[in-house]
Amino acid sequence: MDARTAEPLLEISGLKTYFKTDDGTVRAVDGVDLAIGRGEVLGVVGESGCGKSVTAHTVLKLIQMPPGKINDGRILWQGRDLVPLDLEEMRKIRSKEIAIIFQEPMTSLNPVYTVGEQIAEVVREHEHASRREALDRAVEMLRLVQIPTPERRVHDYPHQFSGGMRQRVMIAMALSCNPKLLIADEPTTALDVTIQAQILDLLGEMKERFGMAIMLITHDMGVVAETAQRVVVMYAGRVVEEASVEELFDRPLHPYTQGLIRSIPRVDRAADQRARLEAISGTVPSLLDPPPGCRFAARCKFATAACTQAAPDLREVEPGHKVACILY
Amino acid sequence: MAGSTRASPIVEPATGVPIAVAAPRRHVTPGREAWRRFRRHRLAVLSAGILMTMIVAVVFGPLIWRVPINEIDFAAMLESPSWAHPLGTDDLGQDLLARMMYGGRISLAVGLAAMTMAVVVGTLVGAVAGVSRGRVDAGLMWLTDLFLSLPQLPLLLLIIYLFRDSLKEVAGPEMGTFVLIVVVIGGFRWMPVARLVRAQFFSLRERDFVEAARALGASTLRQVVRHILPNALGPVIVAGTIDVAAAIIAESTLSFLGLGFPPDIPTWGRILYDAKDYLDVAPHWALFAGGAIFLAVLSINYIGDGLRDALDPRRVM
Repeated sequence: MDARTAEPLLEISGLKTYFKTDDGTVRAVDGVDLAIGRGEVLGVVGESGCGKSVTAHTVLKLIQMPPGKINDGRILWQGRDLVPLDLEEMRKIRSKEIAIIFQEPMTSLNPVYTVGEQIAEVVREHEHASRREALDRAVEMLRLVQIPTPERRVHDYPHQFSGGMRQRVMIAMALSCNPKLLIADEPTTALDVTIQAQILDLLGEMKERFGMAIMLITHDMGVVAETAQRVVVMYAGRVVEEASVEELFDRPLHPYTQGLIRSIPRVDRAADQRARLEAISGTVPSLLDPPPGCRFAARCKFATAACTQAAPDLREVEPGHKVACILY
Repeated sequence: MAGSTRASPIVEPATGVPIAVAAPRRHVTPGREAWRRFRRHRLAVLSAGILMTMIVAVVFGPLIWRVPINEIDFAAMLESPSWAHPLGTDDLGQDLLARMMYGGRISLAVGLAAMTMAVVVGTLVGAVAGVSRGRVDAGLMWLTDLFLSLPQLPLLLLIIYLFRDSLKEVAGPEMGTFVLIVVVIGGFRWMPVARLVRAQFFSLRERDFVEAARALGASTLRQVVRHILPNALGPVIVAGTIDVAAAIIAESTLSFLGLGFPPDIPTWGRILYDAKDYLDVAPHWALFAGGAIFLAVLSINYIGDGLRDALDPRRVM
């Protein structure tokens, strides 16, 4: 379970991604540490705007620069720092080493090419394959992601596929060059619940088959509980807690994590009229020049004067369980 | 959550064919698909037919109708259409059918060549501006605005007046004028295309599939050529067809003002110019030339319409 005994595949430390805007600097990612081991599924959870996606995009350097900027930190990919790499070097890493799939399968495919051409394009971009070989690979990939009659569907255009099928195509495309890490940025958010389950199952199967690691970004605690081995909880651009999935759901330490878990709707409690679904009061603070101290302090029931003084560091309180809170 | 709903049996909904059965390949190439869609647009198909007929007529017509364009016959001045002269004759008794076919070659060729030039220049400027942003973009758009704000007709006349003679010496009277007119008309019609392409680039470069391509390691050139440009091309093609029409009209205008091709070389605009003094005695003269311009321009615009529908894969037809 603990993948950090070996050298991690990806190790992010002290990462800071800021955006310069007319109103000031938005500290979207402000000192994030996380690591993913080989073949591990890491869940990254948090509310909208907490920096999950920006972290993922920063890893592949897909941030618009400017206005974005990696201000500090290291992104070690198998021991090699990605931050100083130029565009051409990054291009070789994208999809060959680290691939990403996005939230919106409906718009992530180019409407003017058949899906086969688009998968083949990725293959040809990274491997010296002939047109024929690349197309054969596309058929094979479509079969792997369980698209029926792939040798026929490979010649279809994106608009001829449903949302779930398009997400399968996106997965096929992302995996066509055998990456070691797949970043799934809210892969199921735009899909309905049954299709969500199918896509998550598929991701699990693909992970077994290709032995890759998955960084699963989501705001859905249910998805995390189902899929991930280890979980990183982010809040307002920082990591507030990190633990194995069992540990996190059994004994959440950070008040924010506790709030998140209490706010999951549960079938077994629904019958009880008196137990209303709990919500965390307040909203995510503005990331425009945030005040010092713990960023959750304003919404925290346990906040003391000390909380607004200095931001607590992420500390390991038990083996494999880290939390950033002065209570521990 | 997962696990409970195993990927429901995957069958093709329409046919119910299970995965294992390999279906025969139904290969639809994009070109054939576009043609199928184009055929649905009746007016466009009709227009394509008309334009093709015109092109065939002006290209091969002179091989069949072997009357010379400059045979002067004062006995047959300003005659109405007859068997000897199907479109009648002009004030020098020259056969109008022969002159119309010869003039059509020049008018249509000028239209197509000027459009090609406008589209190529416009796409290039727009694409470079759209990709680079910043200063390059600002500079190119400044240039575009500059060209747009120039008073075109006086400038056209001036340029032609200045350069016609020197070009004639280099490339001969016909070819020299042709090149000059194409460059001048094309050089003043690329701006709308450039703006269109730039606007398309700005919206397309933020689209998810371009970001997906970038995330999957496509180089900038590849993103532009494979992903952005083809999606921007629909409006450009439509603008291009309208440009053909506009170029034909511009050439006619120049000829009508007496500044196009030399007077002895007929073009549709030139014929119209010559006919204007005889509208009361020989209306057929002007009508045939004007009608040809009108028909060519109209059918080209409808073809553009049909092409736009045919080339848009998002449109279900």
